[in-house]
Amino acid sequence: MAATAAEVRTNVGTKTKVKVKPPPGGARKWVAVAFLIPALVLLGAIVIYPTVDTIVQSFQNDDRTATVGLQNYETVVKRDSTLAAIKNNAIWVLTAPAIITGLGLIFAILTERVRYSTAIKIIVFMPMAISFLATGVIWRVMYDDSTELGFINAGIRGATNMVGAGAGPYPTAEALPDAPLQKAEGGAVVTKDAFEAGDVAHLGLVGLTEADLPEEAVQAAEPQAGQGLGVVVWRDFTPGGGEPGVVDQGELGMPGATVEVLNADGQVVTSTTTGADGSAVIEDLEGGGPFKTRLAASNFDQGFTGIEWLGSALVTPAIIGAFSWMWAGFAVVVIGAGLAALPRDVLEAARVDGANEWQTFRHVTLPLLAPVLGVVFVTLIINVLKLFDIVFVMAPGSVQDEANVIALDMYKTSFTAFRYGLGSAIAVLLFLLVIPVMIMNIRRFRREG
Amino acid sequence: MTERRRYLIWGMFLALVMVLSACAGGDIEEGGDDGGDTEGGEAIQVAAVWTGEEQASFEAVLDAFTEETGIDATYKSTGDDVGAFLGTQIEGGNPPDVAMLPQPGLLRDLAADGSLKEVGEEAAQGLEDNYAPVWTELGSQDGTLYGVYFKAASKSTWWYNTSVFEQAGVEAPSDWDEMLETAQTVNSSGTPWVSMGGADGWTLTDWFENIYVRTAGPEMYDQLANHEIPWTDESVITALETFGELVGDESNLAGGTSGALQTDFTTSVTQVFSDPPEAATVYEGDFVAGVITGETGAEAGTDFDFFDFPSIDGSEPAAISGGDVAVALTDSESAQELLTFLTTPEAAQAWAERGGFISPNESMDTAVYPDDNTRQIAEALLSAEVIRFDMSDLQPAEFGGTVGKGLFLRFQDFLKNPDDPEAIAKALEEDAAAAFKE
Repeated sequence: MAATAAEVRTNVGTKTKVKVKPPPGGARKWVAVAFLIPALVLLGAIVIYPTVDTIVQSFQNDDRTATVGLQNYETVVKRDSTLAAIKNNAIWVLTAPAIITGLGLIFAILTERVRYSTAIKIIVFMPMAISFLATGVIWRVMYDDSTELGFINAGIRGATNMVGAGAGPYPTAEALPDAPLQKAEGGAVVTKDAFEAGDVAHLGLVGLTEADLPEEAVQAAEPQAGQGLGVVVWRDFTPGGGEPGVVDQGELGMPGATVEVLNADGQVVTSTTTGADGSAVIEDLEGGGPFKTRLAASNFDQGFTGIEWLGSALVTPAIIGAFSWMWAGFAVVVIGAGLAALPRDVLEAARVDGANEWQTFRHVTLPLLAPVLGVVFVTLIINVLKLFDIVFVMAPGSVQDEANVIALDMYKTSFTAFRYGLGSAIAVLLFLLVIPVMIMNIRRFRREG
Repeated sequence: MTERRRYLIWGMFLALVMVLSACAGGDIEEGGDDGGDTEGGEAIQVAAVWTGEEQASFEAVLDAFTEETGIDATYKSTGDDVGAFLGTQIEGGNPPDVAMLPQPGLLRDLAADGSLKEVGEEAAQGLEDNYAPVWTELGSQDGTLYGVYFKAASKSTWWYNTSVFEQAGVEAPSDWDEMLETAQTVNSSGTPWVSMGGADGWTLTDWFENIYVRTAGPEMYDQLANHEIPWTDESVITALETFGELVGDESNLAGGTSGALQTDFTTSVTQVFSDPPEAATVYEGDFVAGVITGETGAEAGTDFDFFDFPSIDGSEPAAISGGDVAVALTDSESAQELLTFLTTPEAAQAWAERGGFISPNESMDTAVYPDDNTRQIAEALLSAEVIRFDMSDLQPAEFGGTVGKGLFLRFQDFLKNPDDPEAIAKALEEDAAAAFKE
């Protein structure tokens, strides 16, 4: 450094043709030191001192009154939450950088071939301008498990409705536990009693509000069965509960419910759909009975109720998805720049030699692009290792343990549980994990430099 | 603070003492190392966590104090972390004269450090005259009275959507079994009974505390809070089983079990008042009222109301509570005068009539509360036979206050699978043992 500074000075001097007598060696040194002092002081105060102090603290107890040797490290490797964090960090390191670099490469190559590539790149890059925190909040809503709120689940529901796998008319309805009805396979509800022609089967359901009924629903009524079998399906609830199994005044029918009639063998004989007052009569019954009536499972079909993206099973992949959304832009821009800088003559030579697109890509573009891909990859690995905020924001409290990562574990241990010794040990662990990547990075910089 | 500056301050202080005692003409008081008692007394500094509207209300209380005694009291905000703020001030040798502590654990820690001054006789008398004895106990540590509770909070209020209750034709239940029956009826009416903010573990600890203090009683509650009995104790299992009677039936919960685990506290409140309502009721503390009025269009009395957390198997009226306790950090006599003033109904009234405040002071006329809800909460708190603080606040933070650990995590596990209380109790005991080790 000292020599370089002096050289610059002399160079400047000669260029402007002003004769400057080189200062004596000692003074040059002091000038250099003087210039370095502010940087060194800052570096010492905000990087070196905290690092050393953290390492020291990791061998001490939480209020720093005693040295405890390796005890904190022992606890760290035994703790479930830290082990989960290490496992998750491993998943992150193995998947996220690869996914993002891959996506970046694909986008970069595709955008290079279209006209408005800059516009597309800007769009893909835009999420980078959003903070992790905001990204986390946005995606938490995107991933919401309710099909009304969560964008992704709403999309899936829209699609399932379109292919006809939507919800039945009364997805929340159910039989009262003490009603003469029982659950059958597939969620259907079947009467316990058997009926003859001329009877009326009562199928009273609860668990749905009046607002859940279609608008045409009117006061429920028992049909005149005559020669046939009557059924009535109604919302068996008045304020206070009403009398179960009896059609009370004020209880509305459930129109559009599919009722099947079963014979003694449990075979479906016929089926019908209820009217506005919830009643229906099945006239032409073959055989004399006895019959049972069954509300078909399709009445209660839940449809698509939403995938629990942020539940314990999917939370880490879901957060990786949000992270990729954010960082894909970075990868696209850097790789795009790398592509633009590729020597055209080599590509043309390959094409002249008869290589097809894939061969050109595989054997010319990719090897030439490798250093750029390396930069992207390593940058992402470092970012993933120190990952904190997006998990902190996105993972609901109930699954934060499942989504834990090392930096988050360190934060929680130190600053919400106030176990500073243990937290420092986790910090040192994280530090050790980052070192190899750092060395890789520095080596490559040197090589390229 | 440098050594030299400390000497300088002490020098000035001594000079002041000499001048003042000269003025007082030899009228030396007991323990008079804190300056003389001129007319009106020396000015004091009062620190509390409140800002904005709450700060203005507390300053109104301080103004009333100044009017009454002639002592100037200046307010100083501590920021969110009262413990850290007071810690540095005490370390620096210049604490505020009086501080309002928002957590009971803080009183315990500061008293153990020797940073708190004992409450004087007059204030103790004021407490005895105007407060239920429990507040003296709560403000004491190892038999010494250190704090005067000024502002109280209830965590035993169960809020409901009145129109859902109307449509289901039910009334607010008064005991646990009645609550379970009411829940069945409300479920039948088509709206799930209760909305639970299970994504936030602290809401579940409040559930457990309310159940435990009712099933196991206040003595066991204290023992469990101090970890004198293990979490594997039969009483814990009983409380969990009782809790399981509610959460074990998924149809009681808005969104079922998985929905409850994904719902944060604020949503758990707002979804009770959405259209259509996702649930009939939500249990949490008195602050729910603020969330309802702030986040939804619902109005107190007409759209929402509350009932007290129901009694279980005939348990006496109990409340899980919190509050802000005033403590003296210096020997200043004015500080003691302020503590005495805070025990008076006048002090309580100065804030109560401005709203957003519940006083544990029994002598204050509850008619001064600006709305019915606040009045009912206050009356429920005053009539509670048993008052206990939030247990999780009294635990080491790693066990009682960390997301994804200890109590928060285990109660979430319980909500996920309420069938095995023994396993949960065992896991809780392991966590507690680790956290209490030091």
